[in-house]
Amino acid sequence: MRFKNKDGGLFAVDIDARVVERDDDEYPEMLTHLADAPERLWVAGGDLRTLPPCVAVVGTRTPTHYGEEIARQIAADLAGSNVCVVSGLARGIDAWAHTGALEMGKTVAVLPGGIDRCYPSSNREIYERAAESGALVAEVPPGTATHKRRFTHRNRIIAALSVAVVVVQAAERSGALSTARHGLDIGREVFAVPGDVRVEVSAGVHELLREGAAVCTSAGDILARVQPELARVASGRSFAPIPDDMSSDQAAVLAAIGGEAVSLSAIVSGAGLSIDDMAVAVSRLETSGWIARGPGSLVRRVR
Amino acid sequence: MAVAKAESVAVVGLDGYPVEVEVAIAQGLPAFNVVGLPDASIQESRERVRAAVASSAEEWPLQRITVNLSPAHLRKAGPGFDLAIALGVLAARGRVAQERLRELCLLGELSLDGSVRRVRGVLASAIAAARAGKRAILLPRANANEASLVGGIEVLPVEHLAQAVRFLRGECELDPPPASGPEEVPDDDDLADVRGQDLAKTALEIAAAGGHNLLLQGPPGGGKTMLARRLPGILPPLTHAEALEVTQIYSVAGLLPEDAGLITRRPFRAPHQSVSLAGLVGGGGLTPHPGEASLAHRGVLFMDEAAEFRRDGIQALRGPLEEGSIAIVRGRWSVTYPCRFQLVAATNPCPCGYAGDMVRQCKCLPGRLAAYSERLSGPVVDRIDLQINMDRLTKREIFSAEPGEPTASVRERVVQARQRQAERLHAFGIATNAEIPPPHLEEACRFSADAKREIVASVDSNGLSARGVHRVMRVARTVADLAGEDSVRERDVAKALMYRLDGKRQ
Repeated sequence: MRFKNKDGGLFAVDIDARVVERDDDEYPEMLTHLADAPERLWVAGGDLRTLPPCVAVVGTRTPTHYGEEIARQIAADLAGSNVCVVSGLARGIDAWAHTGALEMGKTVAVLPGGIDRCYPSSNREIYERAAESGALVAEVPPGTATHKRRFTHRNRIIAALSVAVVVVQAAERSGALSTARHGLDIGREVFAVPGDVRVEVSAGVHELLREGAAVCTSAGDILARVQPELARVASGRSFAPIPDDMSSDQAAVLAAIGGEAVSLSAIVSGAGLSIDDMAVAVSRLETSGWIARGPGSLVRRVR
Repeated sequence: MAVAKAESVAVVGLDGYPVEVEVAIAQGLPAFNVVGLPDASIQESRERVRAAVASSAEEWPLQRITVNLSPAHLRKAGPGFDLAIALGVLAARGRVAQERLRELCLLGELSLDGSVRRVRGVLASAIAAARAGKRAILLPRANANEASLVGGIEVLPVEHLAQAVRFLRGECELDPPPASGPEEVPDDDDLADVRGQDLAKTALEIAAAGGHNLLLQGPPGGGKTMLARRLPGILPPLTHAEALEVTQIYSVAGLLPEDAGLITRRPFRAPHQSVSLAGLVGGGGLTPHPGEASLAHRGVLFMDEAAEFRRDGIQALRGPLEEGSIAIVRGRWSVTYPCRFQLVAATNPCPCGYAGDMVRQCKCLPGRLAAYSERLSGPVVDRIDLQINMDRLTKREIFSAEPGEPTASVRERVVQARQRQAERLHAFGIATNAEIPPPHLEEACRFSADAKREIVASVDSNGLSARGVHRVMRVARTVADLAGEDSVRERDVAKALMYRLDGKRQ
């Protein structure tokens, strides 16, 4: 991506974006939960159908060191557990959440302006990497300037794409709280990370907790709570078509894996291959990025 | 004053040391003292010896008797000196000939009625006696078979003190020990009994072939224990020297069955999680004894629910896993026991046992889960080359009528793979792939260019750590040895990559 400076933001000259209409297969079904779901999206990066289930990690633009650290850690752990982290590419918590997610897996940035606008420009690296490993999403046409009014409106998309919303730090009238409220409106689970009571950016999250948001101290809290929901979303995923030149052994292994995380021994019996042939096929698929090994010896398909 | 000398053996660790038992009978108030660093158990000998001598129709001298056990610096324990003390007293009184006594090594505990009871560590004692140039060893009949394993020394089994006295006077002959060859015990744990679990069975074969330690992870009921029990069977048979080592350890631990000859089967030890530190690696307060790690020497140490073992116990296995021996040092003594065992650790994937299960939901809190996997991590897991997940069996696998491959044919492949390794690794002074130190891996493993590329690719795609790479290299080498290949091929590496549990996180 080549960039030009324009209206105080960065303007990607040659971004490879596509339009996804509401009727298209790629249009995320979860977005239709919104009363005012966007008619079309501009998307850059991977096919939205191939992304793992999403969790939003959002928060203040002015976090403390604690907030930054927690946002990065939670996002990394989520991504490592095959969850895609969604956020808004803003300064502060959003940026740290994207950064953490990119360390271990995928992330989606929902932009407040046009798909070609990297705002703030300091997050250019995240903008580029999200387009490579995950996706950039915008609901306004390319070229639309970023405006503050658009921020809260955009937040409803962040909430709708996700099975849960995690607020890391937020002051009393933070935009992150609007993401949480949008989420509540359409039945998303809301989590809040407790903070230092002396700090201003804790007020919003503590208010959420008082209202009954779930306490989040690690990615495990989220995963444990939304496991069935994640599984449901994951099972509805579709994968990239199998190329014709793929060996029959590899195709058999992919067929045996299906859409779930399965153990190696299940693949041996499911694919009907000898252990030696299965090992070679699995290893090839792993190095070419079709499958990934998780904790234990569970294998899942990634594209 | 009358003085007599008899000879016996003290066992320290696994080694026997000659001990001279001197008896002096002097005029004075009747007394019976033992000197020369005896421990409390030897002080008790006095009562037994006195009663046993009286029971053998001999007169106990009502004089001042002093027994000295030398060398005095060597700590002596146990009831094994009873026979030597009793015969020493009788020799000092002229009831048996001193010259006759000096030719023999004497071992045995006395019972109050004069019968001679079996003692521990006879094999080590007999070896020491033979080395010290003794012509014969006089010992309890129940220990005769054990002592017969040592060539070059005559075994004289006795059942009663009176019988020993008559023999020393030349009034009777002793029956030679019953001949016992190594008996072939049929193996009732055959690998063919394990249905399904092909991946895990292959891991077991690789572990056996390369001497690799093995971690079996999986929910309860997956057959982890059943599989582990079958490892000793597919290992190469013990050589005579190895069998002697194993028998010697069991002899010292007092675990040799009566009339047993040489132990020819590789040991399988499965200590319970509640085992104490001393029970696991050896130790004890007054007298040292070998622990489970040493009892598993040349065999298999199986730790079921390994994460439930005490933390210091798991840590303490680090040394044995590296060195193949353990030195136990207490204030008053220090001994070294060999413990070159193969470790098979089995764990549940989490405290409740259902993490990663395809059917049931895991109920563990994230914090507990982390703490659980933490317990095994570090020093011990680093020494485990092969890690495998075992699923619960499906109904089809449980009822599958097809028996697996029998132990005997798997063992044949293992023996051949071991020979191949021994030839190649001879120059490095080791025998199995599991022992190859990281600096020599490249040189000792002989990787093809394709195989090297495969490893590099897996470093990139699954973030294999440096340690992980070493493990994969060793295992791949064994896979190639089993396949009879000189250099490691790409598919050997692919197969080795199956046997690890660290996903992308490590």
